Amino acid sequence: MQVDLTKVKAYGDTLNDGAVQLSFTLPVPAGEEAREAARQLALKMGLESPAVTEMADLGAGFSFFVVYGRCPHSVDYTAIKIPKREHEIMSFDEVNEFVRRELKKKVVVVAACTGTDAHTVGIDAIVNMKGYAGEYGLERYPEFEAYNLGSQVPNAELLAKAVEHGADAVLVSQVVTQKNIHLENLTELIELAEAEGIRDRMLFICGGPRISHELAIELGYDAGFGPGTLPNHVASFIVKELARRKKQ
Amino acid sequence: MENKLNLDQAIIDGARAAASRIADALHSWISLYTTTTIERAVARLVGIDGVDAAGVPLPNVLVDRLHEKGLLGHGLLSWLARAMISTGQGPQEIAEAVAGGKLDVSAVPALPEEKWRDLGDGLAAEAAAKITARRLEREQMMATAAPERKPLLYVIVATGNIYEDAVQAKAAALQGADIIAVIRHTGQSLLDYVPYGPTTEGYGGTYATQENFRIVRRALDEAIKETGRYIRLVNYCSGLCMPEIAAMGALERLDMMLNDAMYGILFRDINMRRTLIDQHFSRMINAFAGIIINTGEDNYLTTADAYEKGYTVIASQFINEQLALRSGLREEQMGLGHAFEINPAMEDGLLMEIAQAQLCRELFPRSPLKYMPPTKHVTGDIFSTYLINGMFNLVSILTGQEIQLLGMLTEAIHTPFLSDRYLAIKNARYVFNNARHLGEEIIFKEQGRIQARAVELLNRAYALLKEIEKIGLEEALERGFFADIKRSRDGGKGKEGVVLKEKDYYNPFPEIFLQRSAAKDDDGRAC
Repeated sequence: MQVDLTKVKAYGDTLNDGAVQLSFTLPVPAGEEAREAARQLALKMGLESPAVTEMADLGAGFSFFVVYGRCPHSVDYTAIKIPKREHEIMSFDEVNEFVRRELKKKVVVVAACTGTDAHTVGIDAIVNMKGYAGEYGLERYPEFEAYNLGSQVPNAELLAKAVEHGADAVLVSQVVTQKNIHLENLTELIELAEAEGIRDRMLFICGGPRISHELAIELGYDAGFGPGTLPNHVASFIVKELARRKKQ
Repeated sequence: MENKLNLDQAIIDGARAAASRIADALHSWISLYTTTTIERAVARLVGIDGVDAAGVPLPNVLVDRLHEKGLLGHGLLSWLARAMISTGQGPQEIAEAVAGGKLDVSAVPALPEEKWRDLGDGLAAEAAAKITARRLEREQMMATAAPERKPLLYVIVATGNIYEDAVQAKAAALQGADIIAVIRHTGQSLLDYVPYGPTTEGYGGTYATQENFRIVRRALDEAIKETGRYIRLVNYCSGLCMPEIAAMGALERLDMMLNDAMYGILFRDINMRRTLIDQHFSRMINAFAGIIINTGEDNYLTTADAYEKGYTVIASQFINEQLALRSGLREEQMGLGHAFEINPAMEDGLLMEIAQAQLCRELFPRSPLKYMPPTKHVTGDIFSTYLINGMFNLVSILTGQEIQLLGMLTEAIHTPFLSDRYLAIKNARYVFNNARHLGEEIIFKEQGRIQARAVELLNRAYALLKEIEKIGLEEALERGFFADIKRSRDGGKGKEGVVLKEKDYYNPFPEIFLQRSAAKDDDGRAC
């Protein structure tokens, strides 16, 4: 099987068949008209020979569809460039050793889940003593001094605490993404930091289920961490980046 | 209740007795205090509503004025009764006059108790009669509705716009949901007031307001007519305004309230005393209104590990039960919470979930247990999440859970789409129907993995309760016994709203609310 990486198409069971599956709801009652509406919508999305394999009546004038079709489009995989964090990932012990050797001072981290977001699951996984999936959190790192401010922390308060503790890095978690509230919150934090002239005094790092490194850079952060991140990933980035800046 | 787990009744009794003494220790001081939100709830119960020119709710305006003048410790209602006598006006007019600067709260003359007491008692009796009417209305609607099949299917709506919420709530009911919760704005628990009027914004949901309660209740009452089933409405009686939300819910015929004794302390960093005082009054209202409360032990397992800390859920359920009994709640009104949150990668994790769920069932046989779906370990792989939710449903039907908060396949992605709820209901209905009597057919192997796990959970919960009894619940919270979260006794939000009652403190509601529960012919648990 020879894949042409300049023209990558979706794969069902045969190369270049372009097969995709999707499901959606229409605000019309289930029926033959609704089924045809779903098919036409799939055609307008650009799918070839769409098949409505399931229609369900959701009540109250709504209907639900499962649709299969062939997507004729392709992408040039060879032309894709994704900014990546370039630092290697170190273990708990390696990070602490690195700090003792290269930075020669404790790394101060202030972390919070900001705005009205009350979900601490992400920040707790990274910062709390216990950590996540067997990896200790930053509080457990002997060479780190970590402050977890918890949830629903206003951006201004997070910055005030960061200054008070002389933070080397600020960690922000955003879990609720309804109506892009996370983007507003994250942008506001950076703007506040710039207004107070402390943007470049510390690293700004964000994380959450809908955060990518690319998005973080776009929002003016130094790094972003998405799903599957473990505490040592974040710790590795922080210490390597601090060391790099120290040398500059 | 069949004893499938080979539990030692002496240990169960010991755990319950320890929890009872823990609750008694708290109640040695809870009744010495009132709070700003308790007095605001009293204001709402006697009909004070609306906002002033700046948008501040009138119950807040009135209570703040009384608090500033140091009058709150006597109770709002005695002041109000005297104000009514001296001005000849009703509660709402008086609140408006205070807000408009036309009435100085300290200008209301003192009167001997016999002059105003009947008026105060009358206002309270009138409010209680309104709540009773809503309760009887529910009981009557339920009596004529189709009989319920447990577990009840519980879904959430969270569009952030109350009118859209009402549409989605009704659609969910038509799809087969029995219970609908309208999620609140994520920040509401920290507001020291209840917003007013219909609202169409908010993140993670819109605000809980009395008007919003009415709007969704109306939509669900339409669904009741169309489906012939009674559809329960849920909201959140938590945060800084627990008693006020309870009062609003009682007046608008809500059917369930998230109403935990410790949730606010742990997860919202609300002051310990404030929360413990508020939960007592709010639960008395819920008890009187016939509302089922849901406790929040499931949340512990989102911050702490579900396998390692499963016993803290059991210990907390015993404490929540004892505190609830002291507020007049019957066991049938206690939706004690737990969750299916053990890491799905764990070998025999399903057996451990069965042990925990069956244990809850046997320890609290009359309580309508609230079982929460997996959230912590589910990812954006909706297909996998759908399967895990199926396993969760299987454990529920096997162990006789009663309030099933349905897992959404898009958990961890976004607030549920309309179709996500449909698929969740389809999943639950399939499993519940297909395995309806599985629990009656199954016995667990003597000293097998499931029995051994249940016994271990109970033993550890008992040990924890004995330790908490020794040091007191406040100290236990300070040391992080629950959810791995530590809260200091004097820290947290809202402590400025705690007020020591004066000798002549007057609030006739607790007596009215507790009387009904005491009068009930009941062979249930007593505290």
